[in-house]
Amino acid sequence: MWLSVVAVVMLAWTLFPVYYMLLLSFTPTNDLFKPGLYVEHPTIRNYVYTMGQDNPFVRYFWQQIGNSLVIAVWAMVVVAAIAALGSFAMARINFRFRRWVSGLTLFTYVIPSSFLSIPFFRMMADYDLIDTKLAVVLAMVTFASPYALWVLSDYARSLPPEIEEAGAIDGAGILATFFHLYLPLIRPPLIAIGTYAFLYAWNEYLYALLLLTGEPRITLPVAMGNFLTTDNAPWNLLMAVSTVYSIPPVVLYYVFKRYLVSGLVSGAVSGT
Amino acid sequence: MRTTVRGRLLRSRTLHGFLFTAPLLLLFAAFVIYPMTMGVWFALDADAYRALFSDPIFRQTVINTLWYVGVAVNVKLVLALLLSGILDYPFRWIRLLAALFLIPWAIPALPGILSFRWMLNSQWGIFNHLLTLLGLPSVPWLAQYWTALGAVMVFHIWKYLPFWTIIFLAGRRAIPNELYEAAAIDGASSVQNFWHVTFPLLRNLYLICTLLSMVFTLGDFTVPWLMTGGAPGDSTHVLATLAYRYTFTMGRLEWGMATFAVAMPATLLFIGMLLRWVKM
Repeated sequence: MWLSVVAVVMLAWTLFPVYYMLLLSFTPTNDLFKPGLYVEHPTIRNYVYTMGQDNPFVRYFWQQIGNSLVIAVWAMVVVAAIAALGSFAMARINFRFRRWVSGLTLFTYVIPSSFLSIPFFRMMADYDLIDTKLAVVLAMVTFASPYALWVLSDYARSLPPEIEEAGAIDGAGILATFFHLYLPLIRPPLIAIGTYAFLYAWNEYLYALLLLTGEPRITLPVAMGNFLTTDNAPWNLLMAVSTVYSIPPVVLYYVFKRYLVSGLVSGAVSGT
Repeated sequence: MRTTVRGRLLRSRTLHGFLFTAPLLLLFAAFVIYPMTMGVWFALDADAYRALFSDPIFRQTVINTLWYVGVAVNVKLVLALLLSGILDYPFRWIRLLAALFLIPWAIPALPGILSFRWMLNSQWGIFNHLLTLLGLPSVPWLAQYWTALGAVMVFHIWKYLPFWTIIFLAGRRAIPNELYEAAAIDGASSVQNFWHVTFPLLRNLYLICTLLSMVFTLGDFTVPWLMTGGAPGDSTHVLATLAYRYTFTMGRLEWGMATFAVAMPATLLFIGMLLRWVKM
C-alpha cells in the first residue's frame, strides 16, 4: 500500500515537468496566458512553425539542429576511436606508465569542464578557431573520452587472455590483433560509449555557447537559451523546439538503455 | 641473452602502450594540461583576488555555491539511496516505474529548465495559478532570493536523481542475497536490514558518489545560468556563472580565472580522495 503511494508521488514528480512541456507545445498562443492542467484547444501549429522555420525565433531551426547533429556525430566517432585504442593499451598491454595514464584520465573525468572553459576559449581564440565546429568537437572529445576509456577498459579486462595468444600463433602483429581480434569483441561497450559521447555533445550548452556565435552557426540548445534573453519569448513555440530537441536523446536512451546502464554501472560499482 | 629478450619485450610493450594511448595523451596535454597551466598563469594575479574578495557579489556567490553543493547533492543522494530500495522490489510494475523514472535523466537539461521556468512564472505559471485557486497569495518564485536558489536546487534534484538511483540500485543488486536470508532468520525488520546489511555494504559507493557528485556540481553552469541567470540582481550566481559574467559581460578575464582558482584547492582535495579510492 505505502509502496504504491510512493510510486504515485515519484511518477507525478518525474512526469509533471515533461507533461507540462508537451502541454505548452500544443497550446495556441491565445491560450498561453491562461494557465491550466490541460490544453483546451490543442494545436500542432507550433510544430508546423518550427518545421517550416516560419517564425523569427526558429528561422535557422534546421541549420541549428544540423549543427548539433554534426558535432555530436563527430564527437561520437572520435571518442569511440580514441577510447578503443586507449582501452587496448590500458587493459591488454602491461606497459610501464599505465598508472600514470589512468590517473590523468580520472583527473580529466572529475575536473568540472567549466573550470577549463575560459582558458579553452582563449586558446581557441588564439588559434582562430572560434565559431568553428572543430572547436566544440575538440572540447566534447576531451571531456567525453575519460569516461569512455574507463568503461571500455573495464570491459576489456574481463576478456580472456587467449586473444593475444591467438594473435601470436597466427603471427599477427599488434595492429592486426587490435583490428581483427580485439575490436569485434568490444562491440557492445563501444556502442554504449558511442551513444554516451553522442548524447554528451548533443546536450552540451556551455562550450557551444562560448565557442559559437551567429544564428546560423550555433547549436540548437544555444539558440533556445537565446530565446530567454528576449522579453516576450514565444514559450509555446520554445516548448515545441524543446520537444523536438529532446526526442533523439530519449529515443537513444531507451534503445540503448541496456548498454548504457550496464556500462555505467559496472564502471561505478567496480570502482569501489 | 634472456635478459635482453625480456628487456626488448618490455621496451616494445612500453612503446606499444604509448602508441595506443598517444591520441588520448595528446588530447589531455593540449586541452587539459595546457589550458590549466594557462588558467593558473592568469590566476596568479594578486589584484584579481583583492578585487574578488572585496566584491559582495563574489562573497554571496561562494555562499550560494556552498548551499547548492551541500544541500542539493546530499538531499539528492539520500533520496536516491532510499528510492533505489523501492526500485529493487521484484514486481513487474516496478520495472515500468523504473523506466519512466529515468525520463528526466534522458531529457537534456535545457528543455527541463525551460519547463520549470514557465511553471514558476509569477504571472502565468501553473504554480501561482494553483495557489490562487486555493486562495493563497502568489509567490514571485524566480524574483526573490530563496525561492530562486531553491528552484535551482530542486531542478538539480529532479534531473540527476534518476542517475544516482540507478547507480545505487546496481550497488544493492551486487549484495549477495544470503546476507538478507541470514538477517531474515534472525528476524530482522526491513529498517534493521537497511542499517545492518545494506548501508554498511553501500557505504563506500555512497561516499564515492557523494564526492563525485559534489565535484560535478561545484562546476555546474547550465542549471543556474538558465534557471536564474544570477537574478534577482546577481544574487543567485554560482562560481561558474559568476566567472562567465566577469569574463564575458565585464571583460575581466583574470577575474573569471581567479573565480575558478578559488575553488581549485577544494576540487583538488576531492580529486585526491577519489584517486585514492577509485581504482581504474
